[in-house]
Amino acid sequence: MTESGQQPDADTTPHPPALPARAPTSGDPAWVRILITTIAVGSLIVLVVIPVLSVFVEALSRGVTRYAQNLTDPDNLSAIALTAVVAPCAVILNTLFGVAAAWAIARFQFPGRTLLVTFIDLPFAISPVVAGLMFVLLFGSSGWFGPWLNAHGLRLLFTPLALVIATTFVTLPFVARELIPVMEAIGPDEELAALSLGANGRQIFWRITLPNVKWGLLYGLILCNARAMGEFGAVYVVGGRIAGETNTMPLQVEMLFQGFDSPAAFAVATVLTMLGLVSLGLKTWVESQQDDGQKQEEPAEPGITESVIPPKTA
Amino acid sequence: MSIIAKNIVKQFGDKVILNDVTVEAPSGALVALLGPSGSGKTTLLRIISGLEVPDQGTVQFHADDITRRSARDRNVGFVFQHYALFRHMTVFENIAFGLRVRKISEAKIRERVHELLELVKLPEMADRYPAKLSGGQKQRIALARAIAPKPAVLLLDEPFGALDANVREELRQWLRRCHDEYHMTSIFVTHDQEEAFEVADKIVVMNKGRVEQEGSPAEVFEHPANAFVMKFLGKVNSFQAVLQDGRVLFGNVEMPVGANQVIQTGNGKADVYVRPHELDLGRTAESGNCLRGKVMHINPAGSIVKVRVLVEDFGLVVNVDISPERHRQLALASGESIFVSPKNAKIFEPDYAI
Amino acid sequence: MPQVNQRVLPGFRLSLGFTMLYLTVLVAVPLAACFITTARLTPAQFGAAVWTPRAVAAYSLTASAAFLAACISAILGSLIAWALVRYDFPLKRYFDAMVDLPFALPTAVAGLVFSTLYVPSGLFGRFLTPLGIELAYSRGGIILVMVFIGFPFVVRTLQPILESLDRESEEASLMLGASRWQTFRHVIFPSILPGIVTGFALAFARALGEYGSIVFISSNIPGQSEIAAVLVVNKLEEFQYAEATAVATVLLTASFAMLAIINRLERWSRRWDS
Repeated sequence: MTESGQQPDADTTPHPPALPARAPTSGDPAWVRILITTIAVGSLIVLVVIPVLSVFVEALSRGVTRYAQNLTDPDNLSAIALTAVVAPCAVILNTLFGVAAAWAIARFQFPGRTLLVTFIDLPFAISPVVAGLMFVLLFGSSGWFGPWLNAHGLRLLFTPLALVIATTFVTLPFVARELIPVMEAIGPDEELAALSLGANGRQIFWRITLPNVKWGLLYGLILCNARAMGEFGAVYVVGGRIAGETNTMPLQVEMLFQGFDSPAAFAVATVLTMLGLVSLGLKTWVESQQDDGQKQEEPAEPGITESVIPPKTA
Repeated sequence: MSIIAKNIVKQFGDKVILNDVTVEAPSGALVALLGPSGSGKTTLLRIISGLEVPDQGTVQFHADDITRRSARDRNVGFVFQHYALFRHMTVFENIAFGLRVRKISEAKIRERVHELLELVKLPEMADRYPAKLSGGQKQRIALARAIAPKPAVLLLDEPFGALDANVREELRQWLRRCHDEYHMTSIFVTHDQEEAFEVADKIVVMNKGRVEQEGSPAEVFEHPANAFVMKFLGKVNSFQAVLQDGRVLFGNVEMPVGANQVIQTGNGKADVYVRPHELDLGRTAESGNCLRGKVMHINPAGSIVKVRVLVEDFGLVVNVDISPERHRQLALASGESIFVSPKNAKIFEPDYAI
Repeated sequence: MPQVNQRVLPGFRLSLGFTMLYLTVLVAVPLAACFITTARLTPAQFGAAVWTPRAVAAYSLTASAAFLAACISAILGSLIAWALVRYDFPLKRYFDAMVDLPFALPTAVAGLVFSTLYVPSGLFGRFLTPLGIELAYSRGGIILVMVFIGFPFVVRTLQPILESLDRESEEASLMLGASRWQTFRHVIFPSILPGIVTGFALAFARALGEYGSIVFISSNIPGQSEIAAVLVVNKLEEFQYAEATAVATVLLTASFAMLAIINRLERWSRRWDS
């Protein structure tokens, strides 16, 4: 079997269409293909599609008016507002941290660097409930800093600030984890070039680093925000579940559910679901932007292109 | 502005990259750091630029010790091996960057960038992004960007390493012109000896973190300091010869090693090196001082004719370069018997043998 | 050539200092609080807190449910990844994006909707209950939500590996006379196995600590359907801090062990990369 027999035009096309990285049909027999596809699609429908749709169905099952009433209930509104404050606070803090950590880790060598990377991952491994507990141990009335806070008339536990701290802990790795590999892959050359051209630290960061990592950063922000909005276990423990005060949306959903007010629980859940879907859409969009950035190939040298292509052989 | 890197030592972990290296670039010169990969030449260049900090030693620009000065304040133009163009900026913005961070007026920036775009012959590319440029174009933009802030020193890391052969050729000439026009002191790193000889005023040959030799291209090529330099600078035939009372013998052929190279060490063995063009071919053994061989292959393409000869007595293949005229005269063909005679040979202290 | 330069770029002290400070305040001190509180218990107290029948039941339920869920996630996730990479089918892009939904959807919503779907009057429960399959308020429900939060880890770990799989080695295997199945067994499977195992470990680790969705779908009866995380919360609500912390320390230790294993696995799965 000759090569030309398989691809008669490969040699003569200036830019042979790149072989698709994955052929649309694989060598698997049809029944295998159909079986696996059915299982894959079926399980995605059962595990993801129907649950998401039924959130909306359940929320609207008692009619639109009831849905609107449920949503505009003061406690529910306050839960929505609280989430809208707590999540961005955690995201901002973790973004500052992520950028600093990525700069230190991806641009410098120092002892303990790998250990630091592992340490950043820790919050992912820790159960959110345990995370909440740790802050109770610190700030609770019998905790390390509790007596001191009490003596100064301060309270941290069961306040929105505690929610911010717990959420920040749980979502701590997201931005750093996205940024570190992106910055490592880009390498320090552009920043070094800027440095040798006379740029100072701030100029290097704002004009070179940030534009280069913007998609990775945005990606991390989206994931961080999605997780922050949905955080349950840690805020459950440190928030004290005071409706209208320290209940974020997920906590409010749980409280309504335990109070057998299922339609109201689902009404709040629709907001969370929509935010989740928006996050997912944004994330997919950012991924496509990143891909576009990578897929540009270097054009051939002008004027040489033609001579390089072998003459067409009959 | 002259550049002096003195007694530079650099280690990464326990690997010694530069071992007490001293290099000087006279003001206005175009110097090549030439060496195989792993010789430490790029590290040395980065130390001069301030992108790397030496463990020991000093870097001086003119009379100023700038070893501790940040790369930012050295006013050095640096051209990166893979260009390091800012991918999110247009060509114009790339070139303008060094001027913008110096807070130069917009009108002046515009003027300077367009002047440079003219110089690199890419005026129509101002609004393109680096991804849309070919390798040669990127290289020229990288160079324009580096010289935009009018640096007194220009450093280039393997400037043509990633380019096609014919583009490379053109860019070499062009680098030379640029250097002359802007009155800079330039140092470039290369592993290609032809490139070094073609553009440089001074060549520094490096190997394993040391300087093997430095000097003008002619000096380095004609009087290589040791076997490494000899071998690195071009094709060479090596013969295991015998030293006998100040004479250098290969079989019964005496190697003409030149008066100033005669080894005083008495008897023993030594490697003798002969460049292909320093061998001659003959139909007859007229001089007597020649090896008998058989023509294996003739490559007549190019300005010289390359002949491969098998010296059967020693089982040795030697490469001989002869002029096309000589080739016509001899009318060689593969398989024919031929006599090879050395016209010039070099011998070095054996501890330099590699 | 060194990729990163020592201290040539600015901002090293600032960025590393901030990083260390942040991690100390948010991670190191709270962790220390947890471990030190546990260490203050006498061994007898610790044993009494950690090894009650209720706690043991919780550990074994958590571990067995997480293990089963991770197994199901590994199988299901592998099939989904295979279909997404190797086959073409309608709306594939959307199904691909949907895999991430369990990452983006708050676990409380997942718990809420799953418990509603699988109660006897629910959309699925109405068909499953007559068959004797009760998923809401049972151990099965715990496994179900654990699969929901776990399978994306397997898909997302495996997908890039499948995509980068060298087609030529498959073709070489076919040319050498191997059947499709032999090719899969001897060429494809060994190269994707590390990915499956890593995905399994990630799903398992995530399931161990899950709380939000399980509190909805489980009946949370001590000794029966109470997982470790729920036990911690219940102890906290009873103001038995010492016991809660002791159980939390067990969970923490398990998490750290999983983290170490996952790190190893990730290195192992890259062992053939140059």
